[in-house]
Amino acid sequence: MEPHVVIAAVSILTAGLTIGIGVIGPSLGEARAAASALEAIARQPDEANTITRTLFVSLAMIESTAIYCFVVSMILIFANPFWNAVLPKAGG
Amino acid sequence: MEITPDTHIVFTVAGIAVSATVVWTWVVMALLVALSIAMTRNLTSDFAPSRWQNFLEALIGETRRQIAEVSHHDPGPYLPFIGTLFVFIATSNLLIVFPGYEPPTASLSTTAALALSVLVAVPIYGIAESGLWRYLKNYMEPTVFMLPFNVIGEVSRTIALAVRLYGNAMSGVVLAGILISIAPFLFPVVLKLLDLLIGFIQAYIFSVLAMVYIASALRARRGNAVASADAEASSATKQGNQGA
Repeated sequence: MEPHVVIAAVSILTAGLTIGIGVIGPSLGEARAAASALEAIARQPDEANTITRTLFVSLAMIESTAIYCFVVSMILIFANPFWNAVLPKAGG
Repeated sequence: MEITPDTHIVFTVAGIAVSATVVWTWVVMALLVALSIAMTRNLTSDFAPSRWQNFLEALIGETRRQIAEVSHHDPGPYLPFIGTLFVFIATSNLLIVFPGYEPPTASLSTTAALALSVLVAVPIYGIAESGLWRYLKNYMEPTVFMLPFNVIGEVSRTIALAVRLYGNAMSGVVLAGILISIAPFLFPVVLKLLDLLIGFIQAYIFSVLAMVYIASALRARRGNAVASADAEASSATKQGNQGA
């Protein structure tokens, strides 16, 4: 196989694996956080403002792991750094 | 498809390529400055202020309240920095309702610059509050062996701040592009609505996290009594949660 075909295939496969596996953890974590926050609000409705603010901030913190995976997979697909090493060889 | 507006060169001035990021950042800045000047020109202390003054008072008042809640400090010195971060990020994320607009926050350069300004602001506020020595001593808490981890944490949270905002803004642009190519008209519009919400929440989160980081540098000055009261309160809540 040509080197750029190998790189393209590996990049696409890895991008899919990255987002697929990387999203499992954060989604479970976000579900847990949201469930606990709902429970807390149900128990103490007066504290709903504080709980909601903390929930949003912690959701963003948890979510950032998934966002890193997304950024990595986007870089692999749209801005793959290994193309530069291969393309001149393949082109000429 | 492009994952950053940096590669989109709008025009070239004297050999320097000006990318869409720079152009739209300046558009947002010009908009904010013009609106601020227009809003603050006719401030009154009447009982019936104009609608713009009402909006401004609500914005400033809410920002002050949030800062005070997060930091337990007087919000005065932090309002300009945190408020500017919030207003700039919120405006640049919300302007996506206009077609052709490329949010500058969808470029890692912009978000890295914002995160770097937070990285610089944290020691400035910390030293101004508690003095150089006590601020530096903060890095050696609880023991001196934690020094490298504290420094690494400082750097990694800055990177996380930048990549989080970039990833969220960029994912909106990329997803809209993909959806327009496979399911035009209705579905991308619905997704744009979600993007508006996400963009606003991200602006809020960026400024709250910046304030949390600044507040953690200010903690050096708070007495041991306050810190231990905090610890007791948090452990009490934990026990309460576990008991339930």
